[in-house]
Amino acid sequence: MIPNLFSKNNRSQLFMFLAALMLLGLFLFPLWKIRLEAPQYPNGVNMYIWINQITGDSPSTLQNINILNHYIGMQYIKPDSIPELKYFPIVVIIMSLLGIVIAFSKKRKLFITWGVILLILGILGIYDFYLWEYDYGHNLSPNAPIKIPGMVYQPPLIGSKMLLNFNAISLPHIGSLFLGLAMVFNFLSFTLLWKKK
Amino acid sequence: MEKSRFKWLAYLFIIGFIFSACGDNSKQQSKGAFGDQDAASQVYVSPGEYDEFYAFMSGGFSGQVSVYGLPSGRLFKVIPVFSVDAEKAYGFNEETKPMLNTSFGFIPWDDSHHPELSQTNGVPDGRWLFINGNNTPRIARIDLTTFETAEIIEIPNCGGNHSSPFITENSEYVVAGTRFSVPIPQKDVSIKSYKENFKGSLSYIKIADDGEMSVAFQILVPGYDYDLAHSGKGKSHGWTFFTTYNTEESNTLLEIGASQRDKDYIAAVNWKKAEEYIAAGKAKTMPANYAHNTYDEHSHMAKSEMLKEVKVLIPQECPGLIYYLPTPKSPHGVDVDPSGEYIVGNGKLSSDLTVHSFSKMLKAIENDDFDDEVDGIPVINFESVVAGSVKSTGLGPLHTEFDGKGNAYTTFFISSEVIKWKIGTWEVLDRVPSYYSVGHLMIPGGDSKAPFGKYLVSLNKITKDRFLPTGPELTQSAQLFDISGDKMKLLLDFPTIGEPHYAQAIPADIIMKNSVKYYKLDENKHPHKISSEDEAKVVRDGNIVRVYMTSIRSHFAPDNIEGIKVGDKVYFHLTNLEQDWDVPHGFSVMGARTSEILVMPGQTETLVWEPQFPGVYPFYCTDFCSALHQEMQGYARVSPKNSNVELKWSVGEFDE
Repeated sequence: MIPNLFSKNNRSQLFMFLAALMLLGLFLFPLWKIRLEAPQYPNGVNMYIWINQITGDSPSTLQNINILNHYIGMQYIKPDSIPELKYFPIVVIIMSLLGIVIAFSKKRKLFITWGVILLILGILGIYDFYLWEYDYGHNLSPNAPIKIPGMVYQPPLIGSKMLLNFNAISLPHIGSLFLGLAMVFNFLSFTLLWKKK
Repeated sequence: MEKSRFKWLAYLFIIGFIFSACGDNSKQQSKGAFGDQDAASQVYVSPGEYDEFYAFMSGGFSGQVSVYGLPSGRLFKVIPVFSVDAEKAYGFNEETKPMLNTSFGFIPWDDSHHPELSQTNGVPDGRWLFINGNNTPRIARIDLTTFETAEIIEIPNCGGNHSSPFITENSEYVVAGTRFSVPIPQKDVSIKSYKENFKGSLSYIKIADDGEMSVAFQILVPGYDYDLAHSGKGKSHGWTFFTTYNTEESNTLLEIGASQRDKDYIAAVNWKKAEEYIAAGKAKTMPANYAHNTYDEHSHMAKSEMLKEVKVLIPQECPGLIYYLPTPKSPHGVDVDPSGEYIVGNGKLSSDLTVHSFSKMLKAIENDDFDDEVDGIPVINFESVVAGSVKSTGLGPLHTEFDGKGNAYTTFFISSEVIKWKIGTWEVLDRVPSYYSVGHLMIPGGDSKAPFGKYLVSLNKITKDRFLPTGPELTQSAQLFDISGDKMKLLLDFPTIGEPHYAQAIPADIIMKNSVKYYKLDENKHPHKISSEDEAKVVRDGNIVRVYMTSIRSHFAPDNIEGIKVGDKVYFHLTNLEQDWDVPHGFSVMGARTSEILVMPGQTETLVWEPQFPGVYPFYCTDFCSALHQEMQGYARVSPKNSNVELKWSVGEFDE
């Protein structure tokens, strides 16, 4: 039996259902955006981190960032060699499917459990992103043409930081909003069930 | 005695002072009557801001086209067209050499005259710029997305292509005409047999939807000098008007010989009628030999093809195709007003302008109101076609353009001035001096159906004292006037390259949005392109050595090459792997007897090197590309002819 999600009684299910759907938004929008600003880049250089890919304003943006980075000995950013971009999407799809199944169950405990798992995954994801930034910023080639003692090039997680001539601005993007909405809807779903009981 | 001498000296001093003060006054006037500050604010474009118009100026005898901004008068680019350009390797690299091929072989120069923007519905549309080469008759097409010469077609049966390109209102055709009549077909005859053997030709070059040009047909006409042209617009769409001089058919000392008749002609050609005659099979096919050169922006290569025949129409066999309108005093420019009704003949030896009426012309044709006939071309009665004349009191009118507000502006070479007059009443409204000896003038869109107006640029042949002196050879100049008010107002003088023969301008926003930023590497179809450093290699085939090389900040791959021998012909095929805006790399090798190559991102270009002596020769990037540009260098080792040094190449192989 498919419950009528739009009836007042099933509102908590509707929210749980929406929470699960919101996760799919991660495939439509980037999670994070890192913008590099310097005078000779009037439009900035924008890199977008998705759940499953890394893109730029044009197909050649990554090449252009890699060209800049090689002067300071940074590793090349090659999306194909970043394992997270392969297994994160699978995790998200599983969570989304799980959420839909759970929505039908109408069990508060399961709703909460799903929410807690999502929260943990989210925190782990951000921590992984931080480690990734740390690695790129610190693990520099000893043969780099430009070596400045003590200088590391880790972009901030959130906010801006001068990295030599570039101002690096790192901020969550629309994809993160969907992740946030998934959490909000999930929260609403079990609090509604709570009230009913 | 002593006293009166002093008096005289005092008088002389005072007179001298007055004269020098007058001199200062006249200099003041030549700066513009409205004060420097006011004019300066009108031409000032703040750093980082854009100009309102692109102006495309002919380089005249430089053979090129220069791109300026208006109102600032800043030079952005020189587009090589008919002349080699070592800066850009045009005519030097293997890819562009075919662009300068002609029936006479490779020619490194021509004389570029009239830039003409493509039009849609009689208005410049910013797709292409056409320009004629006068000396070895040609027309070039410049692509305004890349600002590169895309095509050059040679005009057969022609001597001195001056009355060209003067496009039709939907870019159906550009035209070409013989300024110097010649034997058609060429043959070895006495020059004195001019009247008997020399002919003119008026050519129509079809423009395809993708811009490609082909000679659709030529009309063989009497051996006059066909000087300038303009195609009709609006009601006169379907016609082209060509001025003539030397209807005397003189073959020597033309300054006298061609100035004897009181009136020469404007030839009115009904090209729609010509199309009908062609469709009806009236054209003769004449053997010919002319080059058609095209540059493919995907293969980044030009090719040259020789074409062997051309369609010709003979006026005697094609009634209604062409008429002559008598026009006083060796008319130079012929200009059609925005409505298409008035055809202005600028009689260069006269002080007046003759204005013909298109509707009166049609009526006269209908009434067979003809005075004469030349080789099957009816000469229309002057009185029945003339609409009026502008009594200017200037001398030597050359060219007229329009502001779209009912006014016309004419240059006067001899009296060195621009005169503004009213269409219809023919009254003179204003006049300003030009410094000095103005030829063409240009108003943005000023020869179109809907001029953009606002500015007028006079294109001056002589500058004398206007700029800091640079030895005997001085710059020519452009002078910018504000024509938005009742009175013309001088704003700015700026130097130009070569001779700014004619120019056209168009609002910047029509063109800038289509400007290509870089070529996409994966669309590069060059036969010797490589896509990554991994593909870099050196290949020997007999004494031909091909180096497949890449450039990316800040190195070449390979940058160490050994195994080249004296007597080899080395082709450096350099692909610029960059895919970012404004990152060209240049390349040259010591002793190469050619120019550098300057390779845009995503492009492949080829430099040929024939090493003469054993040794090790450096090569390097010639365009300051990046922080480590100075490090962007490499070596090519050249061994004696009979050596057995192995062919090898590398990049980044450091010693242990």
